[in-house]
Amino acid sequence: MIRFDQVNKWFGAYQALVDINETIAEGEVVVVCGPSGSGKSTLIRTINRLEAIQSGTISINGEDIHPKGLDVNAFRSHIGFVFQQFNLFPHLSAIDNCTLAPMALKRLSPAVAREQALALLDRVGLAHKANAYPSELSGGQQQRVAIARALAMQPPIMLFDEPTSALDPEMVGEVLLVIRDLVRDGMTLVVVTHEMGFAREVAHRVLFMDQGRVLERATPDDFFNRPQHPRAQQFLSDIRTPFATA
Amino acid sequence: MPSFDFALLQHGQYHDWLLSGLWVSLLLAALTLVFALPLAVLVALLRISPLALLRWLGAAYVEGIRNVPLLAHLLFWYFGAPELLPEAARQWLYAGNIELASAVVALTFYTAAYMAEDIRSGIRAIPLVQFEAGRALGFGFLPTMRRVILPQALRVTVPPLISQALNLWKNTSVATVIGVAEMMYQAAKVESTSFRSVEAFAFATSAYLAVSLVITGLGAWYHHRYPVRTA
Amino acid sequence: MIELIQTYWVYFLVGQYPKGPLGGLALTVLLAGLALVLALPLGVALGLARVSPYRVIRWPVTALVFVVRGVPLLMVVFWAYFFLPSITGVKTDQFGTMLIALVVFDGAYLAEIVRAGIRGVPKGQFESARSLGLSYAQTMRRVILPQALRHMLPSLVNQFVATIKETSLGYIIGLTEVSFIAAQINTQVFTRGAEVYLLLGLTYFVLCFGLSRFAFWLEQRLAQRKDLQPLPQPLKASA
Repeated sequence: MIRFDQVNKWFGAYQALVDINETIAEGEVVVVCGPSGSGKSTLIRTINRLEAIQSGTISINGEDIHPKGLDVNAFRSHIGFVFQQFNLFPHLSAIDNCTLAPMALKRLSPAVAREQALALLDRVGLAHKANAYPSELSGGQQQRVAIARALAMQPPIMLFDEPTSALDPEMVGEVLLVIRDLVRDGMTLVVVTHEMGFAREVAHRVLFMDQGRVLERATPDDFFNRPQHPRAQQFLSDIRTPFATA
Repeated sequence: MPSFDFALLQHGQYHDWLLSGLWVSLLLAALTLVFALPLAVLVALLRISPLALLRWLGAAYVEGIRNVPLLAHLLFWYFGAPELLPEAARQWLYAGNIELASAVVALTFYTAAYMAEDIRSGIRAIPLVQFEAGRALGFGFLPTMRRVILPQALRVTVPPLISQALNLWKNTSVATVIGVAEMMYQAAKVESTSFRSVEAFAFATSAYLAVSLVITGLGAWYHHRYPVRTA
Repeated sequence: MIELIQTYWVYFLVGQYPKGPLGGLALTVLLAGLALVLALPLGVALGLARVSPYRVIRWPVTALVFVVRGVPLLMVVFWAYFFLPSITGVKTDQFGTMLIALVVFDGAYLAEIVRAGIRGVPKGQFESARSLGLSYAQTMRRVILPQALRHMLPSLVNQFVATIKETSLGYIIGLTEVSFIAAQINTQVFTRGAEVYLLLGLTYFVLCFGLSRFAFWLEQRLAQRKDLQPLPQPLKASA
């Protein structure tokens, strides 16, 4: 469903993505992991065109996402994106955060939009906080509202850029539960994360990246128990035993 | 509409008037700067003094000056203040250039109030530990200020002070209200005698912009050459 | 000084109204208020133009703002006074002239305040709005500007104070605002210039200082509003 064909991206002289060739099937859950600076965030951000690419093509459902004259806004409204820093709109309540886009873009009436938003907030366990402002919510609650907000546009694809990296440890679980819930609905998810337990339990496939390249792709079982690439082996070893000396 | 007469600006009586106006504006700004800076440092020190009374005096000065428009200051110093002076002093003033003197006094007090705040911010930007280090070495309040704090504060303060200098340059225009023959005054004079408003005001506009550009450029150069370096 | 106040306080406050045009302190405040109300939409428009992704909009506006900020307000007043009638064909009175000059001048300054306000909104806000599919215009209107403008409120009150002081330049073109009235009073009493101008200064002080205190109080109040808090800082995470 999502296809990368010889994709390369530079930030000035620095190459962030090198010869990316990947396909993500419909309904697949893919976890992208790797060390800092490996390009995993950049990769996911190219899918909804938050980042541009210099060569290669990205296509969704067989259609190139960079044709001339494409309505970028309509395109983006079909992809949900959840940020590491939540990025809720602080001047709007939780429910207003969720109704903003549907009302502005799909021309839903306020009543219908609110009804749908309330259902989504309920789904992430925050219906009782519908009228709260982001400043009154914990980090975990904010991220869950952010997920509801992204779901409000009913996108077939959801992208998560390190959704739990900015959370206090005790709130990570509540967010991961919500994401796992989406998996059960058969959505196509691409998740950049360090949460290995989550990856093992939920992902169909793991992509390991380092220095802009995808070095290994495998099922979670294969990846975590029998990593092939030396960098992947090093990475997993570093994660498991952070205090080991060389 | 009559065509733009460049010759007017290049020689002749009107040219002389405009040029002398520019000169007076520059003089006014320079004189004010010379007096305002030391006064501003003094007021800034008052505002951060350990003595409450001095702090209050500094605050009263700054708030009292800044909340009154420059025009009102000029009117006071030209029309009001001379009355309060003894006769002899007044005569001496009227014999000399009272317009310029009043303008310099008004502009000095006004500009110093704004500069004092910028200097105070600059001093406050220096971590307290620097001050404590100076005191620990045995320096009193003033010597610590002079040897430790102010030299460091200077670098932080120069950019906003250059900003104030820019404001000062533009503020010299208000002195026209008490009859100082600076650039606006001369431009208006040229306009009323020759009806050549476009040429006269084009000259004045260009002159203000040119000097503004120089001052802004100075600020950019300073920032480039002397960036703020923290410990 | 007391009898000075007693004799002239009405004239000082409202000029010759109702037997003549409005003047004095009332005119000062009216002019400042009207100028700011009109300058604000202009400032927002210019500020948006200053951050526009289109060079053809950004450059001319940047040049305009640079020129207006590089010359004294009095210059802008003179432009309006001497050139506006011949360009528009309409002869405006002193109030109109001063109003136009203030709107243009303050608009240019507000443009910079608005631009800084927009830049102060975290980039993530822009990205998340665009990710939802909102267009640039929708993002500005519904997400960025509401946040920028709310944070600007105390700055706007301070700008009002500055505008009140700027109205004093109307004196030079004969507008009967409060400084002009004070000068008129001075010509009538003649030997009490110090008193008259001290009173003028005191009036401005009370008005402007009072408003500054209000701005300060406003800032404190705004800091408590739920929809204005900066979001709690998340833990630092790896790239």
